[in-house]
Amino acid sequence: MILGHELVMSSSAAFAWSILPILLIGLRTTLLAMFAGFVIAVVVGMVFALMRRSQWKIVTWPVGFVVEFLRNTPLLMQLFFLYFVLPEFGVTLPAFWTGTTVLGLQYAAYMSEVYRAGLDALPKGQWEAATALNLSKTRTYRTVVLPQMIPRVLPALGNYLISMMKDTPVLSTITVVEMLNLANRIGDRTFEYLVPLSLVGAIFFVLTCVCSALLRGLERFVPQKGIALR
Amino acid sequence: MSASIEFNQLHKRYGAHPVLRDFDLKVQAGETVTLIGPSGSGKSTVLRILMTLEPFQEGCLTLDGISYHQPHGKPPFFASDVHLHKVRAKVGMVFQSFNLFPHMTVLRNLVEAPTAVLGLSRDEAEGRAVELLHMVGLSDKAKAYPGQLSGGQQQRVAIARALAMRPQVLLFDEPTSALDPELVGEVLSVIRSLAHEHDLTMLMVTHEMRFAREISDRVCFFEGGRIVEQGKPDQIFNAPEQERTKRFLSSVLNG
Ligand SMILES: Nc1ncnc2c1ncn2[C@@H]1O[C@H](COP(=O)(O)OP(=O)(O)O)[C@@H](O)[C@H]1O
Ligand SMILES: [Mg+2]
Repeated sequence: MILGHELVMSSSAAFAWSILPILLIGLRTTLLAMFAGFVIAVVVGMVFALMRRSQWKIVTWPVGFVVEFLRNTPLLMQLFFLYFVLPEFGVTLPAFWTGTTVLGLQYAAYMSEVYRAGLDALPKGQWEAATALNLSKTRTYRTVVLPQMIPRVLPALGNYLISMMKDTPVLSTITVVEMLNLANRIGDRTFEYLVPLSLVGAIFFVLTCVCSALLRGLERFVPQKGIALR
Repeated sequence: MSASIEFNQLHKRYGAHPVLRDFDLKVQAGETVTLIGPSGSGKSTVLRILMTLEPFQEGCLTLDGISYHQPHGKPPFFASDVHLHKVRAKVGMVFQSFNLFPHMTVLRNLVEAPTAVLGLSRDEAEGRAVELLHMVGLSDKAKAYPGQLSGGQQQRVAIARALAMRPQVLLFDEPTSALDPELVGEVLSVIRSLAHEHDLTMLMVTHEMRFAREISDRVCFFEGGRIVEQGKPDQIFNAPEQERTKRFLSSVLNG
């Protein structure tokens, strides 16, 4: 019995069928980590990108450092760091949220580079026209800059979503009960690793395909009239 | 309503490279002044400083009574946002490369800033936009995107967009230089109607000498970051006093 589900060992097919519900419980955690992490990455990444464009060095410098640190150190190290070190300072988050935050922050750093490239790609004339029309900074970003940038960065963000999903199994190292963690437990219990691991692989594969399809749909849905997407 | 402009002993450098030195220029309210001269002589820089797109290092610029200084010898000074917005409220600019917002329809291009900055209601702003499009001869293009228009049409939209902000000073930086020759005329005729009908102070950089001669109250010949010679168009084009002016004019008029 794992998570209330009986393991049936009579044949490979029956075994697979019996562990599927267990893995699907893990899938929920995987999906939740992926979406929560993605929201963190999309939002915080934008904040990083905008802060790095500030005219004050006191803002750009530390943010630049944090971004480079997040991009250039291993995810697993960051994960252990927050998971084991934060409690020493009296901050205890559930493992799931520690993991999701770390995942989100690392991808926020990647995405801030995508946003940065997207912002740099906007012709200087667009900023100058907005200035000449006396638009405020906020308004310029909201109605001139972001609507032209977002359709261009969407494919890259989509690729990061998928790549992030494939990184979710690292959360199992800090005891988060996601799909791979459960597959391992099943294997440890039954000494039968092939079927659970293959199933996890298949589920990830299907998930990737579904996400890609959804993203292609989204790209078509986001307004991009008049914008050359190259 | 229009505004006067005065540059007083203004210095502008890019890094160590001086572009304007001891620059003086006075433009009366309502005057139309054309800047001519070889490329790299600092004409665009004058307009860009007026539009607050570039800071300057020394001297003083006064626009309609509001002036800002650059304390002598100090590094680039950034005026306060309040001040910049006050200046921008009076000045509009038409760029060589149009710089329309490509993701907005022509109408949205004209409505965006008046609603966001002047606080017009959507209906008011659209009403004015329709009038302006009529004035530039593009009533049927309100729903088009800039990418669907010819260069000449885009530049006319850009002029309408600048006018929608009711500027007192309108700057043109080579408004026809990016256009195919057959499209230049339609843009010039819109600018001509502005010089005649509107009570605007206009400052224009152009290589269209015949046009400059026709619409300007005054022509300023630039070289090396200074005004070498200025005067009524007839005087500058018929009887230039400076050798350098003569040389420039003979090269562009015969070239
Ligand atoms: N952003 C810039 N950075 C450095 N130098 C510049 C920049 N913009 C213009 N310049 C230099 O300033 C000088 C004047 O340029 P500009 O005002 O554009 O001349 P014009 O419009 O008369 O052709 C040129 O020598 C040009 O190379
Ligand atoms: Mg120029």
